[in-house]
Amino acid sequence: MPWDRNQMAERAAQELEDGMYVNLGIGIPTLVANYVGDKDITLQSENGMLGMGPFPYEGDEDPDLINAGKQTITEMDRTAYFDSSQSFGMIRGGKIAAAILGAMEVAENGDLANWMIPGKLVKGMGGAMDLVAGVGRVIVVMDHTNKHGDSKVLKECTLPLTGKGVVDLIITNLGVLEVGHKGLHILETAPGVTRDDIRAATEGTIV
Amino acid sequence: MKKIYANAREALDGLLKDDMLIAAGGFGLCGIPELLIDAIVDSGVKKLTVASNNAGVDGFGLGKLLDTRQISKMMSSYVGENDEFMRQYLSGELEIEFNPQGTLAERMRAGGAGIPGFYTKTGVGTQVAEGKEHKDFNGQTYIMEEGIFADLSIVKAWKADETGNAIFRKTARNFNPPAAMCGKVCVMEVEEIVPTGSLDPDHIHLPGIYVNRLIQGEHEKRIEQRTVRKREEA
Repeated sequence: MPWDRNQMAERAAQELEDGMYVNLGIGIPTLVANYVGDKDITLQSENGMLGMGPFPYEGDEDPDLINAGKQTITEMDRTAYFDSSQSFGMIRGGKIAAAILGAMEVAENGDLANWMIPGKLVKGMGGAMDLVAGVGRVIVVMDHTNKHGDSKVLKECTLPLTGKGVVDLIITNLGVLEVGHKGLHILETAPGVTRDDIRAATEGTIV
Repeated sequence: MKKIYANAREALDGLLKDDMLIAAGGFGLCGIPELLIDAIVDSGVKKLTVASNNAGVDGFGLGKLLDTRQISKMMSSYVGENDEFMRQYLSGELEIEFNPQGTLAERMRAGGAGIPGFYTKTGVGTQVAEGKEHKDFNGQTYIMEEGIFADLSIVKAWKADETGNAIFRKTARNFNPPAAMCGKVCVMEVEEIVPTGSLDPDHIHLPGIYVNRLIQGEHEKRIEQRTVRKREEA
């Protein structure tokens, strides 16, 4: 059985270590927060906050307190607020240990495409290009193939890039792949998934 | 030194002209200068270029200036939370310059700090880098981005004293300080103007030197995505 969304998020959470400052993207990456367990992880929200707490209880929503997805959230004892230039200063400056992001395509050399599809509505890259250029480690969490069954792990991205050679680790419903110098290494397979299954679902070079 | 004005219209008097570049604070609908935006709508000024992370929603925030077609160009990182924006964008009526969010924030900060250009690795190897100067430092490639020097800054803070020393609240700070810094003139709206001397000087987020004109007013502070969790049973 391939991993479901929650299992992928749980697997991604295993990559996080005590004391890390981490930025989680929208979608499956957001679920990672549910699986950090006892680890001391501080979440960054790039609109200007370290120490992001859970959604507020009904009636406690504060319009001045939102995350980068514009959702209402809460603060914690450790929370610090800052402006957008300082927020991206800590991202660009390499102070954020890891970012966990979704993707449309990843290439065997670590190229990432996750912000636009030519001919479709372009809403912008938000903070994605800054994050992948600046953080210590970029972990992509996504389905291995698209809805047509085509591989999303490619030799070269076909979509406009978010960053070049930026992805370190790819966690999909089928397993975990590391981006190496000469290609992708299969580190782990989901239960019931074989290495051959992953090879068959991967267009990029597996070494 | 008189910075306090009676309302947004008076605070903007003599500052607005067609074709100007305005830097606006806010992220989504959080911490946006709603009162100043309304006054700019009423002024009828046209062909504005607005540097702002987002473009509001239909009928609120910068969305109001889009409805009246007073904006001809946006410099933003993420847009499209409103239909009118998309309609104008797809029909070619509205130009958009996409900036990575951190690059946009730093371009504002740099402009305010007298820095006309800087190098960043954000966007290297992407569409964002096309046509920009590339330069290597310590074996890594960077691209040059230019500081934003706005004609006018419109920002929103929580409290300010009569000299414009300002404090923001929670994530409503966001783009407001860098946007405030990069304008030739900065007009700030706040929820409360407090007597000079009543704010702790160690707790000022934006010194009043960046604020030329100041108004106090009531804010709607609309929530864009209301997300909540259930209370656990006692």
